[in-house]
Amino acid sequence: MYLEISKKDINNELVQKIHEISGQNVFDCYQCGNCSSGCPVVDYMDITPNQVLRLSQYGSIEEILKSETIWVCSTCLQCSTRCPKGIDVAKLMEAFRTVNLRDGVGVVDPDHLEVENKDELPPILLVCAMRKLTG
Amino acid sequence: MKLPYYPGCTLKANAKHFEDSAQKALEKLDYQLEEMKDWVCCGTVFSMTSDDLMLQLSSIRNLLRAEKQDLKELVTLCSMCYNTLKQSKDFVEGDLDNLEKVNNFMYMEEAEYKGQVEIYHLLTLLRDRIKFETVKAEVTNPLKGLKVGAYYGCLLVRPQKFAIDDFEAPTIMEDLVESLGAEAIDFQFKLECCGAYQTITKKNISVKRAYEILDSAQRVGCDAIITSCPLCAYNLDFLQKEIEKEYVDFQTIPIFYFTELMAVALGVGWNGEWTKKHDVDPEPILIEKNLI
Repeated sequence: MYLEISKKDINNELVQKIHEISGQNVFDCYQCGNCSSGCPVVDYMDITPNQVLRLSQYGSIEEILKSETIWVCSTCLQCSTRCPKGIDVAKLMEAFRTVNLRDGVGVVDPDHLEVENKDELPPILLVCAMRKLTG
Repeated sequence: MKLPYYPGCTLKANAKHFEDSAQKALEKLDYQLEEMKDWVCCGTVFSMTSDDLMLQLSSIRNLLRAEKQDLKELVTLCSMCYNTLKQSKDFVEGDLDNLEKVNNFMYMEEAEYKGQVEIYHLLTLLRDRIKFETVKAEVTNPLKGLKVGAYYGCLLVRPQKFAIDDFEAPTIMEDLVESLGAEAIDFQFKLECCGAYQTITKKNISVKRAYEILDSAQRVGCDAIITSCPLCAYNLDFLQKEIEKEYVDFQTIPIFYFTELMAVALGVGWNGEWTKKHDVDPEPILIEKNLI
């Protein structure tokens, strides 16, 4: 991946927005990789959680917003409990999803859900998915 | 003794047997779950963003209504309800700004929320108030020979602040299992995510998660798994038919709510209606161990 880093990008508008929504300081991260090694769904991610932190430090928020990673994260909070620097990584992931959802990106349409056995699904599953994947 | 009870949506639908078995088991211990009036959905997920109040509102609405009904506490069975209610309570507790913000949305209610309702998960009440020793003393049908893996999932132990036991090495469910006369088996993935709501949009992830969890339990000899979360129960139980298609060596394993095993051990017996709510038939293992 080719990345051009500039001082201007490091504190761009999107960086500030993510900081505001998540309340997390990404510059606390020193890349120990604990978040990625504990993540139960990391196999399905295109960039790992510690890479999300690194890209955030570079101000490359657009890269993260386009990634599959933020939608694969299921908020299990494993990363948040293991971060030695106390970064709530799950809150950061939620912030990226939120920015997308508020722009109408990645929103799941409940009327066109392609789900088999709809009748056997517990309400908790549908409510939870809709709250996480709609705006 | 009566316990003010918040059921939540799934306990009235797919997990009706969770509620029913809890009620029956608790009656044997001289406790009754008394459902609060006018409850609404807890919202299922807690807000992870600093500027989204909406996700807290339905939880707070429940707490407010409980307070109006003079209830000092609420007991939940569902892990998600427990976690969401508890986190919402914490969001406004001791923070007058947040409390005021939330109360501004409560104009349809007759009162404002003051923050006086405590939230308990039934497991913690069994440990701290009812006591596992009491449960043990009331057991008439000990679950002898049954090897049970206790699956916690995420929301009983994370975030750390709201964990019902040690967040990395909990034993509360194992202690309960032992008091019922069964053998509790520790297994590697008992605290790992089941895939949660990914079942809707990325089912392959949940199928693999469920397989890894169940496989790690079976490798150490578990006959059955217990849980307290209806979403985990769905993923672990109903996705087994998908697991069988992908992993040829996989053998199915029954998934119980912890209250179902309590009911069996406390002499309530098994209810055929509960079986219908399961996908993997739970009866053969209970029959094999001469428990029903």
